[in-house]
Amino acid sequence: MAISSTAPSALPSSSAADAVAKLTAAGAETETEPAAAEAEAEAYERTHVHCVYEAIAPHFSATRYKPWPAVGSFLRAQPPGAVGFDVGCGNGKYLGVNPEILMVGSDRSASLVALARSRCKELQNRQAGAAAAGTGGEARGAAVATDVLVADGLSLPFREHSADFVICVAVIHHMSTRARRQDAIRQLLRCVKLGEAGRTGGQALVYVWALEQGTSRRGWDEGGEQDLLVPWVLKSQQKQQKPPKGVKGEGTGEASAADKSGEAPPTPATAAAPEPGVAPSHTDPVFQRYYHLYRKGELEQDVLAAGGVVVSSGYERDNWWVVAANGLVAHERR
Amino acid sequence: MKVLTLNFLSCAVKSCKSSSDSFPLHPKDAELVSDDVELNQQLLVNLLPRIDWNALRTTSTELGFPQLPEQPPTAEELQADAKMLKDLHTLLMETQINEGKLVCGHCGHEYAVREGIANFLLPSHLV
Ligand SMILES: [Zn+2]
Repeated sequence: MAISSTAPSALPSSSAADAVAKLTAAGAETETEPAAAEAEAEAYERTHVHCVYEAIAPHFSATRYKPWPAVGSFLRAQPPGAVGFDVGCGNGKYLGVNPEILMVGSDRSASLVALARSRCKELQNRQAGAAAAGTGGEARGAAVATDVLVADGLSLPFREHSADFVICVAVIHHMSTRARRQDAIRQLLRCVKLGEAGRTGGQALVYVWALEQGTSRRGWDEGGEQDLLVPWVLKSQQKQQKPPKGVKGEGTGEASAADKSGEAPPTPATAAAPEPGVAPSHTDPVFQRYYHLYRKGELEQDVLAAGGVVVSSGYERDNWWVVAANGLVAHERR
Repeated sequence: MKVLTLNFLSCAVKSCKSSSDSFPLHPKDAELVSDDVELNQQLLVNLLPRIDWNALRTTSTELGFPQLPEQPPTAEELQADAKMLKDLHTLLMETQINEGKLVCGHCGHEYAVREGIANFLLPSHLV
Protein backbone atom coordinates (compact mmCIF):
# COMPACT_ATOMS: atom_id res chain seq x y z
CA MET A 1 0.00 0.00 0.00
CA ALA A 2 1.27 3.39 -0.90
CA ILE A 3 0.14 5.56 1.94
CA SER A 4 1.65 8.85 2.84
CA SER A 5 2.43 8.90 6.52
CA THR A 6 4.09 12.26 6.79
CA ALA A 7 3.10 14.65 9.54
CA PRO A 8 0.68 17.32 8.35
CA SER A 9 3.28 20.01 8.90
CA ALA A 10 5.37 18.31 6.23
CA LEU A 11 2.54 18.66 3.76
CA PRO A 12 2.76 21.95 1.93
CA SER A 13 -0.58 23.63 1.59
CA SER A 14 -0.28 23.36 -2.16
CA SER A 15 -0.19 19.55 -2.16
CA ALA A 16 -3.92 19.02 -2.21
CA ALA A 17 -4.38 21.71 -4.80
CA ASP A 18 -1.61 20.23 -6.94
CA ALA A 19 -3.11 16.79 -6.75
CA VAL A 20 -6.49 18.16 -7.67
CA ALA A 21 -5.12 20.27 -10.48
CA LYS A 22 -3.48 17.17 -11.87
CA LEU A 23 -6.75 15.38 -11.53
CA THR A 24 -8.71 18.08 -13.23
CA ALA A 25 -6.20 18.00 -16.04
CA ALA A 26 -6.74 14.26 -16.28
CA GLY A 27 -10.47 14.85 -16.34
CA ALA A 28 -10.11 17.35 -19.15
CA GLU A 29 -8.57 14.65 -21.31
CA THR A 30 -11.65 12.54 -20.99
CA GLU A 31 -12.70 12.97 -24.59
CA THR A 32 -9.40 11.90 -26.07
CA GLU A 33 -8.28 9.28 -23.59
CA PRO A 34 -11.19 8.31 -21.37
CA ALA A 35 -9.65 5.04 -20.25
CA ALA A 36 -6.41 6.68 -19.17
CA ALA A 37 -8.18 9.48 -17.30
CA GLU A 38 -10.47 7.00 -15.60
CA ALA A 39 -7.51 4.85 -14.59
CA GLU A 40 -5.80 7.90 -13.14
CA ALA A 41 -8.88 8.86 -11.11
CA GLU A 42 -9.13 5.30 -9.87
CA ALA A 43 -5.48 5.20 -8.88
CA TYR A 44 -5.86 8.51 -7.08
CA GLU A 45 -8.87 7.25 -5.10
CA ARG A 46 -7.02 4.02 -4.32
CA THR A 47 -4.30 6.02 -2.61
CA HIS A 48 -6.39 8.77 -1.08
CA VAL A 49 -9.57 6.92 -0.17
CA HIS A 50 -9.43 3.12 -0.31
CA CYS A 51 -5.99 2.53 1.20
CA VAL A 52 -6.68 5.10 3.88
CA TYR A 53 -9.88 3.40 5.03
CA GLU A 54 -8.17 0.00 5.03
CA ALA A 55 -5.48 1.42 7.28
CA ILE A 56 -7.68 3.38 9.67
CA ALA A 57 -10.68 0.99 9.74
CA PRO A 58 -10.67 0.01 13.45
CA HIS A 59 -9.94 3.55 14.59
CA PHE A 60 -12.50 4.98 12.19
CA SER A 61 -15.08 2.43 13.27
CA ALA A 62 -14.59 3.24 16.95
CA THR A 63 -15.72 6.78 16.20
CA ARG A 64 -18.71 5.68 14.12
CA TYR A 65 -21.32 4.18 16.37
CA LYS A 66 -24.11 6.77 16.39
CA PRO A 67 -26.54 6.66 13.47
CA TRP A 68 -27.19 10.06 11.94
CA PRO A 69 -30.75 10.84 13.18
CA ALA A 70 -32.19 11.86 9.80
CA VAL A 71 -30.89 8.65 8.20
CA GLY A 72 -32.36 6.68 11.09
CA SER A 73 -35.75 8.29 10.51
CA PHE A 74 -35.59 7.46 6.80
CA LEU A 75 -34.85 3.81 7.64
CA ARG A 76 -37.53 3.52 10.30
CA ALA A 77 -40.09 5.00 7.89
CA GLN A 78 -39.62 2.07 5.49
CA PRO A 79 -42.53 -0.40 5.40
CA PRO A 80 -42.08 -3.86 6.96
CA GLY A 81 -40.45 -6.26 4.51
CA ALA A 82 -38.72 -3.49 2.56
CA VAL A 83 -35.38 -4.34 0.97
CA GLY A 84 -32.63 -1.74 1.25
CA PHE A 85 -28.98 -1.42 0.32
CA ASP A 86 -26.46 0.68 2.20
CA VAL A 87 -23.78 1.60 -0.33
CA GLY A 88 -20.62 2.52 1.55
CA CYS A 89 -21.90 1.03 4.78
CA GLY A 90 -18.62 1.44 6.67
CA ASN A 91 -18.87 -0.38 9.97
CA GLY A 92 -22.55 -1.07 9.35
CA LYS A 93 -24.10 1.19 11.92
CA TYR A 94 -27.26 1.65 9.81
CA LEU A 95 -27.80 -2.04 9.09
CA GLY A 96 -29.71 -2.87 12.27
CA VAL A 97 -31.72 0.30 12.68
CA ASN A 98 -35.01 -1.14 11.40
CA PRO A 99 -35.44 -4.83 12.38
CA GLU A 100 -38.46 -5.31 10.11
CA ILE A 101 -36.57 -4.88 6.83
CA LEU A 102 -33.73 -6.55 4.92
CA MET A 103 -30.60 -4.41 4.80
CA VAL A 104 -27.56 -5.36 2.73
CA GLY A 105 -24.50 -3.19 3.18
CA SER A 106 -21.60 -2.88 0.76
CA ASP A 107 -18.29 -1.14 1.15
CA ARG A 108 -15.06 -0.82 -0.82
CA SER A 109 -13.05 -1.53 2.35
CA ALA A 110 -12.82 -5.21 3.28
CA SER A 111 -11.64 -4.23 6.76
CA LEU A 112 -14.72 -2.13 7.40
CA VAL A 113 -16.99 -4.84 5.98
CA ALA A 114 -15.44 -7.38 8.37
CA LEU A 115 -16.22 -5.03 11.25
CA ALA A 116 -19.75 -4.53 9.96
CA ARG A 117 -20.23 -8.29 9.77
CA SER A 118 -19.17 -8.76 13.38
CA ARG A 119 -21.66 -6.13 14.34
CA CYS A 120 -24.50 -7.84 12.43
CA LYS A 121 -23.57 -11.19 13.97
CA GLU A 122 -23.64 -9.70 17.41
CA LEU A 123 -27.14 -8.31 16.88
CA GLN A 124 -28.33 -11.65 15.57
CA ASN A 125 -26.76 -13.59 18.44
CA ARG A 126 -28.20 -11.26 21.04
CA GLN A 127 -31.59 -11.87 19.47
CA ALA A 128 -31.16 -15.65 19.50
CA GLY A 129 -29.84 -15.58 23.06
CA ALA A 130 -32.73 -13.49 24.30
CA ALA A 131 -35.22 -15.75 22.57
CA ALA A 132 -33.65 -18.88 24.05
CA ALA A 133 -33.57 -17.41 27.52
CA GLY A 134 -37.08 -16.03 27.11
CA THR A 135 -35.85 -12.75 28.45
CA GLY A 136 -36.61 -10.39 25.62
CA GLY A 137 -35.94 -6.80 26.35
CA GLU A 138 -33.97 -4.70 23.94
CA ALA A 139 -32.41 -7.62 22.11
CA ARG A 140 -35.77 -9.04 21.11
CA GLY A 141 -36.22 -6.31 18.55
CA ALA A 142 -32.74 -6.79 17.12
CA ALA A 143 -32.33 -7.07 13.39
CA VAL A 144 -31.82 -10.51 11.87
CA ALA A 145 -32.07 -9.71 8.17
CA THR A 146 -28.77 -7.90 7.65
CA ASP A 147 -25.82 -8.81 5.47
CA VAL A 148 -22.63 -7.28 4.11
CA LEU A 149 -20.34 -7.61 1.11
CA VAL A 150 -17.32 -5.95 -0.47
CA ALA A 151 -18.02 -3.97 -3.63
CA ASP A 152 -17.09 -0.81 -5.50
CA GLY A 153 -19.78 1.86 -5.66
CA LEU A 154 -19.30 2.16 -9.42
CA SER A 155 -19.61 -1.60 -10.02
CA LEU A 156 -22.32 -2.76 -7.65
CA PRO A 157 -23.43 -6.40 -7.63
CA PHE A 158 -27.04 -5.67 -6.76
CA ARG A 159 -29.83 -7.05 -8.93
CA GLU A 160 -31.17 -4.13 -10.90
CA HIS A 161 -34.28 -2.37 -9.61
CA SER A 162 -34.72 -4.86 -6.79
CA ALA A 163 -34.47 -2.50 -3.81
CA ASP A 164 -37.21 -0.49 -2.18
CA PHE A 165 -34.58 2.06 -1.18
CA VAL A 166 -30.87 2.76 -1.07
CA ILE A 167 -28.85 4.90 1.31
CA CYS A 168 -25.41 6.28 0.54
CA VAL A 169 -24.03 8.31 3.40
CA ALA A 170 -20.73 10.16 3.24
CA VAL A 171 -19.45 8.22 0.24
CA ILE A 172 -19.90 10.10 -3.02
CA HIS A 173 -17.74 13.01 -1.86
CA HIS A 174 -14.78 10.59 -2.05
CA MET A 175 -15.12 10.27 -5.84
CA SER A 176 -12.53 12.48 -7.46
CA THR A 177 -14.23 13.58 -10.69
CA ARG A 178 -17.69 14.93 -11.31
CA ALA A 179 -18.34 12.24 -13.92
CA ARG A 180 -17.59 9.57 -11.33
CA ARG A 181 -19.79 11.23 -8.70
CA GLN A 182 -22.67 11.36 -11.16
CA ASP A 183 -22.02 7.77 -12.19
CA ALA A 184 -22.16 6.74 -8.52
CA ILE A 185 -25.63 8.28 -8.23
CA ARG A 186 -26.62 6.56 -11.48
CA GLN A 187 -25.62 3.22 -9.95
CA LEU A 188 -27.75 3.91 -6.87
CA LEU A 189 -30.75 4.64 -9.07
CA ARG A 190 -30.19 1.37 -10.93
CA CYS A 191 -30.60 -0.48 -7.62
CA VAL A 192 -34.03 0.86 -6.72
CA LYS A 193 -37.38 -0.21 -8.11
CA LEU A 194 -38.85 1.59 -11.07
CA GLY A 195 -42.20 3.24 -10.62
CA GLU A 196 -45.32 1.79 -12.14
CA ALA A 197 -48.76 3.20 -12.65
CA GLY A 198 -50.18 3.76 -9.20
CA ARG A 199 -46.94 2.89 -7.47
CA THR A 200 -43.93 5.10 -6.94
CA GLY A 201 -40.44 3.76 -7.46
CA GLY A 202 -37.70 3.30 -4.92
CA GLN A 203 -35.76 6.15 -3.38
CA ALA A 204 -32.08 6.82 -2.88
CA LEU A 205 -30.98 8.91 0.11
CA VAL A 206 -27.58 10.53 -0.40
CA TYR A 207 -25.52 12.51 2.11
CA VAL A 208 -22.37 14.43 1.25
CA TRP A 209 -20.19 16.98 3.01
CA ALA A 210 -21.09 20.56 2.34
CA LEU A 211 -18.69 23.30 1.35
CA GLU A 212 -20.86 25.70 3.31
CA GLN A 213 -19.89 25.02 6.89
CA GLY A 214 -19.90 28.61 8.06
CA THR A 215 -20.72 27.78 11.64
CA SER A 216 -18.19 24.98 12.03
CA ARG A 217 -14.70 25.28 13.41
CA ARG A 218 -13.21 24.09 10.15
CA GLY A 219 -13.56 27.37 8.37
CA TRP A 220 -14.77 25.95 5.07
CA ASP A 221 -17.39 28.09 3.42
CA GLU A 222 -18.96 29.35 0.24
CA GLY A 223 -16.45 30.26 -2.44
CA GLY A 224 -13.71 28.09 -0.93
CA GLU A 225 -11.73 25.27 -2.43
CA GLN A 226 -13.99 22.27 -3.03
CA ASP A 227 -11.41 19.53 -3.57
CA LEU A 228 -9.36 18.81 -0.50
CA LEU A 229 -7.10 16.32 1.14
CA VAL A 230 -8.24 15.95 4.73
CA PRO A 231 -5.89 14.32 7.21
CA TRP A 232 -6.71 11.52 9.58
CA VAL A 233 -4.21 11.15 12.39
CA LEU A 234 -4.02 7.55 13.48
CA LYS A 235 -3.49 7.98 17.19
CA SER A 236 -2.09 5.16 19.22
CA GLN A 237 -4.31 4.45 22.25
CA GLN A 238 -1.61 5.27 24.78
CA LYS A 239 -1.23 8.74 23.40
CA GLN A 240 -4.79 9.85 24.03
CA GLN A 241 -3.80 11.65 27.20
CA LYS A 242 -3.95 15.26 28.21
CA PRO A 243 -2.04 17.43 25.78
CA PRO A 244 1.19 18.81 27.15
CA LYS A 245 1.01 22.54 27.60
CA GLY A 246 2.23 24.67 24.76
CA VAL A 247 2.25 21.85 22.22
CA LYS A 248 0.28 22.76 19.17
CA GLY A 249 -1.54 20.01 17.37
CA GLU A 250 -1.00 19.53 13.68
CA GLY A 251 -4.11 17.57 13.00
CA THR A 252 -6.59 15.32 14.62
CA GLY A 253 -8.47 12.08 14.39
CA GLU A 254 -12.20 12.47 14.49
CA ALA A 255 -12.98 10.74 17.77
CA SER A 256 -14.28 13.86 19.46
CA ALA A 257 -16.23 15.06 16.45
CA ALA A 258 -18.16 11.89 15.72
CA ASP A 259 -21.61 13.37 16.18
CA LYS A 260 -22.08 14.08 12.49
CA SER A 261 -23.61 12.20 9.63
CA GLY A 262 -21.26 9.34 10.11
CA GLU A 263 -18.58 11.65 8.84
CA ALA A 264 -17.30 14.61 10.73
CA PRO A 265 -14.66 16.61 8.95
CA PRO A 266 -11.43 17.01 10.83
CA THR A 267 -9.41 20.14 10.50
CA PRO A 268 -7.66 20.27 7.17
CA ALA A 269 -3.91 20.06 7.17
CA THR A 270 -3.70 23.55 5.81
CA ALA A 271 -5.57 25.06 8.76
CA ALA A 272 -4.71 22.79 11.64
CA ALA A 273 -6.08 23.25 15.12
CA PRO A 274 -5.47 21.21 18.25
CA GLU A 275 -8.17 18.87 19.49
CA PRO A 276 -8.92 19.17 23.21
CA GLY A 277 -7.94 16.05 25.11
CA VAL A 278 -5.98 14.51 22.28
CA ALA A 279 -2.28 14.92 22.30
CA PRO A 280 -0.76 14.80 18.85
CA SER A 281 2.55 13.13 18.37
CA HIS A 282 5.06 13.46 15.60
CA THR A 283 5.12 9.69 15.32
CA ASP A 284 1.39 9.28 14.72
CA PRO A 285 0.84 8.38 11.07
CA VAL A 286 -1.34 10.77 9.11
CA PHE A 287 -3.50 9.62 6.23
CA GLN A 288 -4.73 12.06 3.63
CA ARG A 289 -8.28 11.42 2.47
CA TYR A 290 -9.63 13.05 -0.66
CA TYR A 291 -12.92 14.96 -0.35
CA HIS A 292 -15.05 16.88 -2.77
CA LEU A 293 -17.07 19.40 -0.75
CA TYR A 294 -20.44 19.97 -2.38
CA ARG A 295 -21.67 23.50 -2.86
CA LYS A 296 -25.32 24.45 -2.66
CA GLY A 297 -27.38 23.00 -5.50
CA GLU A 298 -24.59 20.80 -6.82
CA LEU A 299 -25.96 17.53 -5.45
CA GLU A 300 -29.34 18.14 -7.07
CA GLN A 301 -27.56 18.90 -10.37
CA ASP A 302 -25.69 15.62 -10.12
CA VAL A 303 -28.94 13.73 -9.51
CA LEU A 304 -30.44 15.26 -12.66
CA ALA A 305 -27.30 14.51 -14.65
CA ALA A 306 -27.57 10.89 -13.47
CA GLY A 307 -31.07 10.70 -14.92
CA GLY A 308 -32.84 10.99 -11.59
CA VAL A 309 -35.36 13.35 -10.12
CA VAL A 310 -35.10 15.14 -6.82
CA VAL A 311 -37.86 14.09 -4.44
CA SER A 312 -36.60 16.26 -1.61
CA SER A 313 -33.33 17.81 -0.55
CA GLY A 314 -31.81 19.92 2.16
CA TYR A 315 -28.95 20.85 4.43
CA GLU A 316 -28.24 19.38 7.80
CA ARG A 317 -25.24 20.11 10.00
CA ASP A 318 -22.45 20.50 7.46
CA ASN A 319 -24.03 18.08 4.98
CA TRP A 320 -26.14 18.38 1.87
CA TRP A 321 -28.67 15.58 1.43
CA VAL A 322 -31.03 14.53 -1.32
CA VAL A 323 -33.73 11.91 -1.78
CA ALA A 324 -33.66 10.90 -5.44
CA ALA A 325 -35.78 8.61 -7.57
CA ASN A 326 -35.67 7.38 -11.14
CA GLY A 327 -36.71 10.01 -13.67
CA LEU A 328 -39.36 7.89 -15.25
CA VAL A 329 -41.30 7.77 -12.00
CA ALA A 330 -41.81 11.47 -11.59
CA HIS A 331 -42.74 11.78 -15.24
CA GLU A 332 -45.49 9.22 -14.90
CA ARG A 333 -46.75 10.68 -11.68
CA ARG A 334 -47.29 14.08 -13.15
CA MET B 1 -23.66 -14.47 3.23
CA LYS B 2 -27.27 -15.43 3.64
CA VAL B 3 -29.12 -17.28 0.87
CA LEU B 4 -31.67 -14.47 1.16
CA THR B 5 -29.02 -11.93 0.16
CA LEU B 6 -27.96 -13.96 -2.87
CA ASN B 7 -31.47 -13.41 -4.24
CA PHE B 8 -30.69 -9.69 -4.59
CA LEU B 9 -27.28 -9.99 -6.24
CA SER B 10 -26.16 -10.28 -9.83
CA CYS B 11 -22.80 -10.00 -11.56
CA ALA B 12 -20.98 -6.71 -10.88
CA VAL B 13 -19.72 -6.48 -14.47
CA LYS B 14 -21.73 -3.75 -16.19
CA SER B 15 -22.09 -5.55 -19.52
CA CYS B 16 -23.56 -8.56 -17.70
CA LYS B 17 -26.43 -6.63 -16.10
CA SER B 18 -28.67 -6.83 -19.16
CA SER B 19 -28.20 -10.59 -19.46
CA SER B 20 -30.62 -12.86 -17.62
CA ASP B 21 -27.72 -15.28 -17.17
CA SER B 22 -26.05 -12.94 -14.68
CA PHE B 23 -28.75 -13.68 -12.09
CA PRO B 24 -28.77 -15.57 -9.88
CA LEU B 25 -25.09 -16.13 -9.29
CA HIS B 26 -24.21 -19.81 -8.96
CA PRO B 27 -22.53 -21.06 -5.78
CA LYS B 28 -19.47 -23.21 -6.41
CA ASP B 29 -17.54 -25.29 -3.87
CA ALA B 30 -19.79 -23.71 -1.27
CA GLU B 31 -19.22 -24.48 2.38
CA LEU B 32 -22.48 -23.81 4.19
CA VAL B 33 -22.96 -22.99 7.83
CA SER B 34 -26.18 -22.55 9.73
CA ASP B 35 -26.81 -19.67 12.10
CA ASP B 36 -29.27 -19.86 14.95
CA VAL B 37 -31.77 -17.15 14.07
CA GLU B 38 -35.10 -16.55 15.75
CA LEU B 39 -37.98 -16.98 13.32
CA ASN B 40 -39.66 -13.69 12.44
CA GLN B 41 -42.79 -14.85 10.65
CA GLN B 42 -44.03 -11.40 9.71
CA LEU B 43 -40.70 -10.43 8.21
CA LEU B 44 -40.68 -13.56 6.03
CA VAL B 45 -44.23 -12.95 4.87
CA ASN B 46 -43.41 -9.32 4.08
CA LEU B 47 -40.21 -10.20 2.22
CA LEU B 48 -41.85 -12.90 0.11
CA PRO B 49 -43.16 -10.61 -2.67
CA ARG B 50 -39.65 -9.10 -3.06
CA ILE B 51 -38.01 -12.46 -3.60
CA ASP B 52 -37.40 -13.69 -7.12
CA TRP B 53 -38.92 -17.12 -6.66
CA ASN B 54 -37.46 -18.75 -9.76
CA ALA B 55 -33.98 -17.65 -8.77
CA LEU B 56 -34.51 -18.94 -5.25
CA ARG B 57 -35.60 -22.32 -6.62
CA THR B 58 -32.40 -22.48 -8.65
CA THR B 59 -30.23 -21.52 -5.68
CA SER B 60 -32.01 -23.92 -3.35
CA THR B 61 -31.45 -26.84 -5.72
CA GLU B 62 -27.83 -25.88 -6.37
CA LEU B 63 -27.13 -25.83 -2.65
CA GLY B 64 -28.65 -29.28 -2.21
CA PHE B 65 -31.89 -28.27 -0.54
CA PRO B 66 -35.17 -30.01 -1.43
CA GLN B 67 -36.90 -28.69 -4.54
CA LEU B 68 -39.14 -25.71 -3.83
CA PRO B 69 -42.65 -25.65 -5.35
CA GLU B 70 -42.96 -24.03 -8.76
CA GLN B 71 -45.09 -21.20 -7.47
CA PRO B 72 -44.36 -19.16 -4.35
CA PRO B 73 -46.88 -19.51 -1.53
CA THR B 74 -49.29 -16.64 -0.99
CA ALA B 75 -48.98 -14.70 2.25
CA GLU B 76 -52.01 -16.59 3.60
CA GLU B 77 -50.61 -19.97 2.60
CA LEU B 78 -47.28 -19.19 4.19
CA GLN B 79 -48.83 -17.99 7.43
CA ALA B 80 -50.93 -21.16 7.66
CA ASP B 81 -48.10 -23.56 6.87
CA ALA B 82 -45.74 -23.94 9.82
CA LYS B 83 -43.49 -26.37 7.98
CA MET B 84 -43.05 -24.15 4.95
CA LEU B 85 -42.35 -21.18 7.23
CA LYS B 86 -39.67 -23.14 9.06
CA ASP B 87 -38.15 -24.45 5.83
CA LEU B 88 -38.00 -21.00 4.24
CA HIS B 89 -36.62 -19.51 7.43
CA THR B 90 -33.89 -22.15 7.51
CA LEU B 91 -33.01 -21.61 3.86
CA LEU B 92 -33.20 -17.81 3.67
CA MET B 93 -32.23 -16.57 7.13
CA GLU B 94 -30.15 -19.29 8.75
CA THR B 95 -28.16 -20.77 5.88
CA GLN B 96 -24.94 -18.94 5.13
CA ILE B 97 -22.39 -19.44 2.41
CA ASN B 98 -19.25 -19.26 4.49
CA GLU B 99 -16.59 -20.18 1.95
CA GLY B 100 -16.60 -20.79 -1.77
CA LYS B 101 -17.33 -18.91 -4.97
CA LEU B 102 -20.22 -17.24 -6.72
CA VAL B 103 -20.10 -17.67 -10.48
CA CYS B 104 -21.71 -15.48 -13.13
CA GLY B 105 -23.55 -17.56 -15.71
CA HIS B 106 -22.89 -14.94 -18.39
CA CYS B 107 -19.21 -13.96 -18.16
CA GLY B 108 -18.03 -16.83 -15.98
CA HIS B 109 -16.33 -14.56 -13.47
CA GLU B 110 -15.96 -16.11 -10.02
CA TYR B 111 -16.42 -14.01 -6.91
CA ALA B 112 -14.76 -15.36 -3.78
CA VAL B 113 -16.61 -15.79 -0.50
CA ARG B 114 -14.35 -15.93 2.54
CA GLU B 115 -15.43 -16.03 6.15
CA GLY B 116 -18.98 -15.34 5.06
CA ILE B 117 -18.12 -12.21 3.06
CA ALA B 118 -18.42 -12.11 -0.73
CA ASN B 119 -15.96 -9.87 -2.54
CA PHE B 120 -17.27 -8.20 -5.73
CA LEU B 121 -14.26 -6.03 -6.49
CA LEU B 122 -13.40 -6.53 -10.14
CA PRO B 123 -10.00 -6.90 -11.78
CA SER B 124 -9.30 -3.78 -13.86
CA HIS B 125 -9.99 -5.46 -17.21
CA LEU B 126 -13.58 -6.20 -16.15
CA VAL B 127 -14.44 -2.74 -14.78
ZN1 LIG C 1 -20.79 -11.55 -15.37
